[in-house]
Amino acid sequence: MNATTADKFDEMHAPDGSVRPAYREYCQWLDQQDPTLLRRKGAEAESVFRRTGITFNVYGQDDAEERLIPFDMVPRIISGAEWRRVSRGIEQRVRALNAFIHDLYHRQEIIRSGTLPLRLLRNNTTWLPQMVGFTPPGGVYTHIVGVDLVRTGPDEFMVLEDNARTPSGVSYMLENRETMMAMFPELFTRAKVRPISDYPRQLAASLAACAPDCAGPRPTIAVLTPGIFNSAYFEHAFLADQMGAELVEGSDLRVIDGRVQMRTTDGFRPIDVLYRRVDDDYLDPLTFNPKSVLGVPGIFDVYRAGRITIANAPGTGVADDKAIYSFMPEIVQFYTGEKPLLPNVQTWRCAEKDSLAYVLDNLAELVVKEVHGSGGYGMLIGPTSSKKELETFRAKLVAKPDNYIAQPTLALSTCPIFTSKGLAPRHVDLRPFVLCSPDGVEITPGGLTRVALKNGSLVVNSSQGGGTKDSWVLDD
Amino acid sequence: MLSRVANGIFWLYRYLERAENTARLLAAGHRMALTRGTDEATQEWRSVLKTLGLIQAYDTHYSNYSGAQVCDFVLRAKTNPRSVLSMFEKARTNARICRSAITREVWESINEGWMNLNELLSRPVREGNLDNVLGAIRRESTLARGATHGSMLRNEIYAFSRCGTFMERADNTARILDVKYFLLLPSLSYVGTALDTGQWDNVLRSLSGERAYSWLNAGRMDARSIAEFLILDERFPRSLQFCRLAMHENLSALARLRGRTGLAHEALAKVDELLENRTVEQIFEHGLHEFIVKFIGLNATLADAIAREYRFLA
Repeated sequence: MNATTADKFDEMHAPDGSVRPAYREYCQWLDQQDPTLLRRKGAEAESVFRRTGITFNVYGQDDAEERLIPFDMVPRIISGAEWRRVSRGIEQRVRALNAFIHDLYHRQEIIRSGTLPLRLLRNNTTWLPQMVGFTPPGGVYTHIVGVDLVRTGPDEFMVLEDNARTPSGVSYMLENRETMMAMFPELFTRAKVRPISDYPRQLAASLAACAPDCAGPRPTIAVLTPGIFNSAYFEHAFLADQMGAELVEGSDLRVIDGRVQMRTTDGFRPIDVLYRRVDDDYLDPLTFNPKSVLGVPGIFDVYRAGRITIANAPGTGVADDKAIYSFMPEIVQFYTGEKPLLPNVQTWRCAEKDSLAYVLDNLAELVVKEVHGSGGYGMLIGPTSSKKELETFRAKLVAKPDNYIAQPTLALSTCPIFTSKGLAPRHVDLRPFVLCSPDGVEITPGGLTRVALKNGSLVVNSSQGGGTKDSWVLDD
Repeated sequence: MLSRVANGIFWLYRYLERAENTARLLAAGHRMALTRGTDEATQEWRSVLKTLGLIQAYDTHYSNYSGAQVCDFVLRAKTNPRSVLSMFEKARTNARICRSAITREVWESINEGWMNLNELLSRPVREGNLDNVLGAIRRESTLARGATHGSMLRNEIYAFSRCGTFMERADNTARILDVKYFLLLPSLSYVGTALDTGQWDNVLRSLSGERAYSWLNAGRMDARSIAEFLILDERFPRSLQFCRLAMHENLSALARLRGRTGLAHEALAKVDELLENRTVEQIFEHGLHEFIVKFIGLNATLADAIAREYRFLA
């Protein structure tokens, strides 16, 4: 699927080779740099990441238990004007998401109105009947959202995915910036880059604002991690550390006197807000997966009694499903009464007969994804697949069409990376991080830019060899 | 703080201290082996393994005691789950578990130390490089301790880190004395004969106390003053007395923070009975060996009491 140069949008260079305005200051600086020195800096950056332990674990790889996510030194730059447009769209979308989830667990107006077919809930394993009729403290479901954006042109930002469960990657966003500032301090005196270092403080404040009524004036916040073997453990520890919150595991927690409490050196102490980084299914063996040892037996009863906040709320996964995603334009319109500011990527629901027929006819041009999949696993990228792969996938589609959606193979925008032969364009996406609380919606300027390191590749997932970049929003 | 984290911090510092002490012991053993005949060298390596509690494990794998083999086993052998390399790995795993309880400086010093030692110990250590490697182990541990001292809040976390350090250090000093105590006995055969100063010097070296001792004693070597120095001298940072006082300082800090004492403080009181106002004459009179064995037992009881008092395990 090597999108041809003509139809893909390069964020740094215009088709005539000139540098786009947002990158002007950076490119002027770059021209004055010695390329060998820059290459050495790249190696330095890697050793900084190793030393600081900014690693992730890859499941099923014994020899490489902890790996680095490759970091590219060329920043991805977004102008102030572009960002204002994008962030308005994100805010609208996230507000709609919260209203949508609330509605799904209460009156289901959107289904009654005929906007959303009931079958999407019926077949949805992320839908939790235990949440029906319950409103979480502060009325917030998605405390933290990572909205994956792709770009195909100057004004064409589109939402590829709404990560409404436990989006990861924010620690890389923060550490990438720290690394850039340490390596190239002079750059930050030249270009006016909006700071992002406030994120952990905002996260803590945002979580505290959602604390249950029983919490004191300074709510106790804890991050629940599955433990040091989890792929995102670094991030869990990082966020707990930066927020000044406790980093707890299931074995630390117990329900005592109707509260979730943690075992401290001085006895059990209640927790008010639990930022959990374990999936719904593992949260409470009494309510969900009985085999889970990662969660807390009885936590769901405490939650339903309104005596702990769980972020994100259980059952938000229902909005994070790719079949639901295809209805997001309607959902945004339904709850905000406005046209969506950020469009979806065109999506065919294979559950629908006509769409399925189209998808089967055009399989070699499309990207097909599992409805509940994530991380780039279990998907088909038509243009780069062999005949055999296409046929295998075709059989899967026919057998279980409900399980799939299809999208066109997008000409994702590119941004240059450093290679041994100089700058070379690679495809990128962007995951901005959004915080919701009763006080409002906060969006950290920028987000995590993921970049496909292989020439022509569209797969940016870190689990599949993608890298990251520092993402700048200019204060212009 | 979380009990699980307190437990992790306690063990993190125990492992760091143990790795450092092991390096010191090997350095002293190596020096001894260089200056003595084969038989005595073998004796020395056996006593190093005994002090480390590794002799049985070693004997199941090897039948002789060459310096290279002993060092390899103690430092890096995959067949030895208590090798220095695996101690550092455990220290680092604990640091990861407790990442949000330690500062970035501390975490980086431990993570980097582990990376360096992993590299240094990725292949067998040549004899010519042994001092270099042992020096690196001590240096990494020292760096982590320095980072702790210079960057950590003086709170509960710090108190547990110090408890782990001094618990382990006292145990190490006592174990060296346990294996070498016979050298310090005023045995009849030594009366009037030249003392084996090399052996004494070695004991002091394995505790990095040789310079301090000779400075305090103007070069005079005798059983009484060496025992007094290693057991009772409050100024020497590896003496049993020093460690006891340090445990006092930190357990008192913990008691102040929660407003009450408990099992751990009771267990420390037993150590006090053994060491407080004790003279070296009394120790020799009641038997040096019995004294050391008793100390090791009380020290282990204290570690258990800390674990129970602060709910280290669910």
